[in-house]
Amino acid sequence: MSTSAPARPATPIGRAASGADERLTIAGPLRRTLNKVFPDHWSFLLGEIALYTFVILLLTGTYLTFFFDASMEEVVYDGSYDPLRGVEMSKAYATSLDISFDVRGGLLMRQIHHWAALLFVAAIVVHLMRTFFTGAFRKPREANWMIGVALLVLGILEGVFGYSLPDDLLSGTGLRIINAIIMSIPVIGTWTAFAIFGGEFPGEVIIARFYILHVLLIPGILLALISAHLLLIVKNKHTQFPGPGRTEDNVVGKRFFPVFAVKSGGFFMVVFGLTAALGGLVQINPIWLYGPYNPGLVSAGSQPDWYVGFLDGSTRLFPPWDLYIFGYNIPPLFWPTIVMPGILFTLLALYPIIEAKLTKDTAHHNLLQRPRDVPVRTAIGAMALAFYTVLWISGGNDLIADKFNISLNAMTWVGRIGLIVLPPIAYWVAYRLCLGLQQHDRQVLEHGVETGIIRRLPHGEFIEVHQPLGPVDAHGHGSLQYGGAPVPKRMNHIGGLGRAVKGFFTPIEDAAPRHDPALDEERQVELTGSGRPKDTEA
Amino acid sequence: MSSGLALLLALIAVGGLYSATAPESTAQDSGLSVEAMAGQEIYENGCITCHGRNLQGVEDQGPSLIGVGEAAVYFQVGTGRMPLAQNEAQAQRKTPAYDDAEVNQLMAYIQANGGGPTLPDEGDLREGELAEGGELFRLNCASCHNFAGRGGALSGGKNAPALTESTDLDIYTAMLSGPQNMPVFGDNQLTPEQKRSIINYVQTLKETADPGGAGIGRAGPVPEGLVIWVVGITVCLVVCVWVGSRA
Ligand code: HEC
Ligand code: HEC
Ligand code: HEM
Repeated sequence: MSTSAPARPATPIGRAASGADERLTIAGPLRRTLNKVFPDHWSFLLGEIALYTFVILLLTGTYLTFFFDASMEEVVYDGSYDPLRGVEMSKAYATSLDISFDVRGGLLMRQIHHWAALLFVAAIVVHLMRTFFTGAFRKPREANWMIGVALLVLGILEGVFGYSLPDDLLSGTGLRIINAIIMSIPVIGTWTAFAIFGGEFPGEVIIARFYILHVLLIPGILLALISAHLLLIVKNKHTQFPGPGRTEDNVVGKRFFPVFAVKSGGFFMVVFGLTAALGGLVQINPIWLYGPYNPGLVSAGSQPDWYVGFLDGSTRLFPPWDLYIFGYNIPPLFWPTIVMPGILFTLLALYPIIEAKLTKDTAHHNLLQRPRDVPVRTAIGAMALAFYTVLWISGGNDLIADKFNISLNAMTWVGRIGLIVLPPIAYWVAYRLCLGLQQHDRQVLEHGVETGIIRRLPHGEFIEVHQPLGPVDAHGHGSLQYGGAPVPKRMNHIGGLGRAVKGFFTPIEDAAPRHDPALDEERQVELTGSGRPKDTEA
Repeated sequence: MSSGLALLLALIAVGGLYSATAPESTAQDSGLSVEAMAGQEIYENGCITCHGRNLQGVEDQGPSLIGVGEAAVYFQVGTGRMPLAQNEAQAQRKTPAYDDAEVNQLMAYIQANGGGPTLPDEGDLREGELAEGGELFRLNCASCHNFAGRGGALSGGKNAPALTESTDLDIYTAMLSGPQNMPVFGDNQLTPEQKRSIINYVQTLKETADPGGAGIGRAGPVPEGLVIWVVGITVCLVVCVWVGSRA
């Protein structure tokens, strides 16, 4: 180590960097950030999909704002889409058509924007599931979980507002349902709906209002929340799965720079490529087929985007009860579209607190849990997913009825019964599955890995030879404790057969040399878990 | 009650007697054209069990065809819906059982019994305003057949079919005759010009490629949601696992 102060940088880049540091003092924080260690597990990349699609949404959305006019003023269309020329429509719809047919790259941008929106919410949901099933939401990360739920809800709302903007027949149908949902709130409903829509539905202001929400307010909040979300990850450090060398107090993985940054950059390109490919190849929201909105019309197969489908489903399944409570009429729409999602999202947001209360677990957790090791939570998750999935499928039950020649009424009843029967079944199956998987892990720890070698004993019995994973006692039983980490199940996991050679059709590398146990000693030293985390890369 | 029953029995008996003795004479007396008489023969072989000897209909089998007109016959027989297969809940489009000449003969026979809507005059059935056709289609048809004519479910296990295979004349005669749950769009509801506009719109949509790429059924957000989960999320997961396993 040198004791003298570093010399002034000689290269232009070096001089620029040191100039920047003298003014902003960012070398220290930057170095800390770039040196941050990220654990390696494929499921930790799921949140990134959400992040990247959000960036794509910002970029494509900005392009769309250049050409879109959120006005409900009536105009006569005279763009280049023949079947609508001469038709009266709002400016919002006309400019959406212009973007689709007369703006260079406009249709591609619209389609990428919409596909990215669908992917955004889907990625959040998948990311949420990984966070849930691995227990990553436990102390100290409850706050970040709640931010996550807020992101999910805002993401859905953002999508709903976006869907309403083009003012086509489906948009308008959606707006009318939103209006009806707000109206169904007891006491304040009618007043609120009038306030939001500026009078009777549809009014003349709703598109402009939703436009501001969609391009300014909600993206701003999303951006702030995502920043907070990411800062909290840096602050709390990333969680990791238990394994050799991994403790509650270290993080084993790759440095942010260069490994993680390169991977992330590549991954961004993949997500971008995927949404661009979908946008270029698969048609989404063909507004020109829907026609302009007209409050008198509803088309068959009017559906919301997928992330609102569960509300459509709950509306279809809920019995049409018109209740009177304290003299107030509560329309049937109120229960499935306000009460049900309200309960659902509240439970979701509070889940970390509820679980901690019930399990009396107040400890800090930086190590994740494998779903099988927490059967009750996993089963609760499976139950919730079953409930959600039934609602979701029921949201499209008319299309399913039509395509598969089932009666629509039968579909509704299947949905109602499924909603009650399937979640408990999912709970039970998931619970059993967890116990079974755990059991198998324990068996391997006790008896060793199946080698596939069958031996015939002198008295004629056939047995399979097992390779113990560690020291064995007098009966040949392993003495390793079950620790919630993945247990090797095949000989090549423990070096007994050599790792599978990489390559899809042809090998892209030479077969690894057979494992030398002496090397194991060295690796043990590498995996130190004390003090500052060490890179596991040899 | 019992007298009603007796009356009914008597009526059936008389009817039976009548139909056993009289058919020859009716055909001769009614002065049917040669074509209509050929049609009658086909009718008596293929349709009589359900629609009755005198087109009056048979209870629980088929409705009366008196006055339905040749348009209805063209639609029902030309799209293969009639003759109805037994136990079919809703008549389906299938390969027609009769060729064009036979359909014409059936049309002549049924038209000769009570009249009814006729086929449109010769001419281009698409001679109408495209954009107006779109407006009229969304106003009158989209609630059942979907915005792009891809069909939809109706209550009670019925459905409104996709219009993907319909010819110009199928669409025209469907509007004139209003099969099943579909309302009749007579010339008072939609003028012949308006009908031609609608046909122009429906057929133009079918022939226009989807500007945005694969149309995925033109059925709205449900197939889109399917694509994002089945293609989008799957690709993402595969890439995650792949990136996650690279050093
Ligand atoms: C198995 C019974 C059955 C047979 C055979 C049958 N039909 Fe029908 N037909 C029906 C039923 C039931 C309906 C009404 C339901 C519908 O429209 O699908 C009907 C409806 C019709 C209609 C429409 C009536 C209207 O009000 O518009 C026409 C026209 C018709 N049939 C013609 C024929 C002709 C011509 C044949 C012989 C080639 C034939 N049908 C054979 C049962 C039958
Ligand atoms: C109330 C719902 C409803 C409306 C509105 C409606 N239809 Fe139909 N349509 C149906 C049903 C149901 C059938 C199937 C009848 C059958 O199979 O016997 C049908 C059948 C058809 C067919 C035959 C499809 C084939 O197999 O070729 C055409 C064409 C058609 N409709 C056109 C129209 C047009 C054009 C309009 C608007 C002017 C319209 N329909 C309005 C319900 C509707
Ligand atoms: C706009 C949407 C979101 C973005 C951009 C986003 C992004 C990210 C990223 C990049 C990570 C780090 C990598 C990872 O662990 O996957 C992360 C972690 C996390 N996210 Fe999200 N996320 C979003 C929504 C959500 C939602 C909906 C939830 C849950 C309800 C959630 C809860 C969490 C938690 C608790 C962590 C910490 C996990 C850990 O440290 O292991 N996030 N998020």
